[in-house]
Amino acid sequence: MSATTVIEQSPPTERPEKNYLNADHTLRSWIWTVDHKRIAVLYLISVTFMFFLGSIAAAVVRFELTSPWGQMLTSETYNKMFTAHGVIMVFFFIIPAIPAVLGNFLLPIMLGARDLAFPRINLLSWYLYVAGAALVLASLALGGIDAGWTFYTPLSSLYSNTQITLALVGIFLAGFSSILTGVNFIATTHKMRAPGLTWFKMPLFVWAHYATAIIMILGTPVVAMTLVLVIFERAFKFGIFSPELGGDPVLFQHLFWFYSHPAVYIMILPGMGVISELISCFSRRRVFGYEFVAFSSIAIAVIGFVVWGHHMFLSSQSVLQGILFSLLTFLVAIPSAIKIFNWTMTMYKGSVWFSTPMIYALGFMGLFVIGGLTGLHLGSLATDVHLTGTYFIVAHFHFVMVGGAIMAFLGGLHFWWPKMFGKMYSEFWGRLSAMVIFLGFNFTFFPQFMVGYLGMPRRYHFYYFAPEWQIYHILSSAGATILGIGFLMPAFYLTASLIKGPKASSNPWGAKGLEWEQTTSPPPTENFHHKPIVMDDPYDYDAIADNDDFRAHWGKEPVKYGGDN
Amino acid sequence: MNPFKKWPISPEQASEWSIRHDALFWTISALTVVFTILVGVLILGFAIRYRRGSTADRRGAFDHHNGLEALWSIIPLILAIGIFVWSTLLFIEARKMPKDAMEVFVVGKQWMWHLQHMNGIRENNELHVPVNTPIKLTMISQDVIHAMYLPDFRAQFHVVPGRYTELHFTPIKTGRFKMLCAMHCGTSHSEMVGFVYVLSKRDFASWLDNGGNRYKPKPITLAERGKQVWESKGCGGCHGAKDTVRGPSLVGIYNSQRAMADGTTVKADADYLRWSIVQPYRLITKGYEPTMPVYQGQMSEEDVLGLIEYIKGSSNQSTPGVKAPVAPTVRVPADWPPSAPRNATQTANEELSSGATQAQQVPTKE
Repeated sequence: MSATTVIEQSPPTERPEKNYLNADHTLRSWIWTVDHKRIAVLYLISVTFMFFLGSIAAAVVRFELTSPWGQMLTSETYNKMFTAHGVIMVFFFIIPAIPAVLGNFLLPIMLGARDLAFPRINLLSWYLYVAGAALVLASLALGGIDAGWTFYTPLSSLYSNTQITLALVGIFLAGFSSILTGVNFIATTHKMRAPGLTWFKMPLFVWAHYATAIIMILGTPVVAMTLVLVIFERAFKFGIFSPELGGDPVLFQHLFWFYSHPAVYIMILPGMGVISELISCFSRRRVFGYEFVAFSSIAIAVIGFVVWGHHMFLSSQSVLQGILFSLLTFLVAIPSAIKIFNWTMTMYKGSVWFSTPMIYALGFMGLFVIGGLTGLHLGSLATDVHLTGTYFIVAHFHFVMVGGAIMAFLGGLHFWWPKMFGKMYSEFWGRLSAMVIFLGFNFTFFPQFMVGYLGMPRRYHFYYFAPEWQIYHILSSAGATILGIGFLMPAFYLTASLIKGPKASSNPWGAKGLEWEQTTSPPPTENFHHKPIVMDDPYDYDAIADNDDFRAHWGKEPVKYGGDN
Repeated sequence: MNPFKKWPISPEQASEWSIRHDALFWTISALTVVFTILVGVLILGFAIRYRRGSTADRRGAFDHHNGLEALWSIIPLILAIGIFVWSTLLFIEARKMPKDAMEVFVVGKQWMWHLQHMNGIRENNELHVPVNTPIKLTMISQDVIHAMYLPDFRAQFHVVPGRYTELHFTPIKTGRFKMLCAMHCGTSHSEMVGFVYVLSKRDFASWLDNGGNRYKPKPITLAERGKQVWESKGCGGCHGAKDTVRGPSLVGIYNSQRAMADGTTVKADADYLRWSIVQPYRLITKGYEPTMPVYQGQMSEEDVLGLIEYIKGSSNQSTPGVKAPVAPTVRVPADWPPSAPRNATQTANEELSSGATQAQQVPTKE
């Protein structure tokens, strides 16, 4: 099947006006909806709101650090700012961002299902998220929290006088929101695939979300119970983590990282799923080594569970433990390398279209390579001695989380935006934002590698004893300004597209997959007008035909895909 | 002149281990750069060559190649294992405590470092150590988890409440190096900062002699001060052990009855001695010419007090003199010459609970 036939093919011939967005306009129809697509939109609004709050905290932190003596805050307030940034961004933005927005919207459609397996539980998960976010925001409003997003005991349990209990209850609820999403994804993937959709015909996006869901279900309960134990120690003086009450402070780190390291893969695996879709679509090539990419997701999820101790090389765990965790950490690097090389080879002999989502995807690959490789510095025992707890680690995980997960989220959002809302955004502004974010990101975080290697510990408000670090902080803060502008741009042009953007066709990218080929933009409430049957392999693109077609239209008229662009 | 003063790229290499650490660090960094460039060139190369509309030959594309998969699994795996082995050996060395090390005890508390040498010298946020000597820190926290981080030695380990942890480093150059807390420990985390002063062995010995006090001269008794004045002013030139023509001996003079040239007798108390120093012509001892210089304005009152104490002390001895001070000692390696046995043993707890003796040095804004 060639791209030419895609143009001729007009997916659903009678296109009803009714879709999931205009099916009902009442507020009640939104807040009691059990439609996975509407819940995805609710999640999109929620995580975007939290992202902007977290960004404000980040901006304050970056402003403070431009001077070795701070700019305007007390150390107490500064600590609350970086804690707010970490808690909001980790638990309320980056963990739910891709699974709960793009995953929620697309997983059932990609599987050819009418909805997720448990629609009401899906709605419950959003309410738990909102309740958790409300409690955390209340804890910030009532004075803030200062223990860092990692909540290390006994600082968090006995020594901090801030609103930690409230915040922990909020994170606990958000954790259950995550568990419910995971349950839904696994049940849906197992039981609700369309006829003909075998496991190895599933899009890699689904594979990645399946792996993510496994982590969500196995890991999140552990951190949830750990946070409850911290609350018990704080409120009732149970001696669990504080030595003065008979507890063990390092136990907390084991329990916390048992979840929070796999949580890193909750953040990045769905992003990898998105990137597989984007690279394939905009190279007009089947994903290279499909099975390797699919199984590398599962391998990352499985090995990811046994590497948590690499956060604790210096915590007083034994040297032998350190060696084993280091070895396992090096092994988990291999599946990530496999993915990167397979994506690269996907472009080989493709027909590469530099659309907005593709530019985001290329940016992801560059930044993820750096983020992943600097993980070697930290996973290796000897260098971790010097680098852990410094800005090097801050730079490393921002390369993975922001350069990786957020670039993937934005790339995915731009890719599926026409599908979700039926509108096209400005391609000019889209490409510009992707490039501004890529530039601003490097400008922000590369200097942090430098200052971290020089020995600046993270979470330091002052550094008057080492004024030579200032130049790197000024560079980083300047970059953060560019990055901030880059993040603001989509907020404007995507919102503008909803109001006056041109109507999107059912398949504006000429992409493969059930969500593009078998339903409208936006889809109807029931997703499909007919029960889809899957015959083709995934990513059945034809680069040669696409390129010939493009050349044939070159300079005459823009190539159009889908029925009624 | 260091061209990187404004743009430092590496912290100082203040220990031998830090040099080997950096070799590993820059090797991994080089791998990072090589792979980033490799992937970057491939991505951009493919993206540009096979951009939509280009005339590049797209025939013969394939989407499976087990050989390639093996290639890019096995090469990174071999490199990763190589780095792992190298790094692990280095780490084992860092975690193996030397037996001959000079021991220092560390207590971390919100938000300062207490350091205690074996001989009882205590320091806050400062650690003085001799160069080329293995130093072993035995550490515990009094409250939350801290991390002792010495970036210039590439040394770091957590300081945990309820258990002892250890850290060792061997400084190879003298100077001032940062001592930081690298584990968020509450409000003033970023001010839980101090310095390691690496001294030459000679400077370290004199630092020990001064009781670990860098900022004040060694505290001396008034009589010792008087002796210093006595010697610097050359008092002994006229006032020797025996009376001479130039001046009477002052041995045993204190509180004795003295006959004056005007026929009176006075008691040589402190007041008399003071007047005799600052205004010698007020009362001349019988049998002597008024030849002594006037010291009014030439000596501080402390010096005069010291002289009087020194002269007082001479009353019980044949010649003015004081006992030699007792030097403190520290447990140091065999090549380190200890001067005397330890004079006092106090437990770390007593020492630390008695509080700080030295003012904490806070660097000022420049």
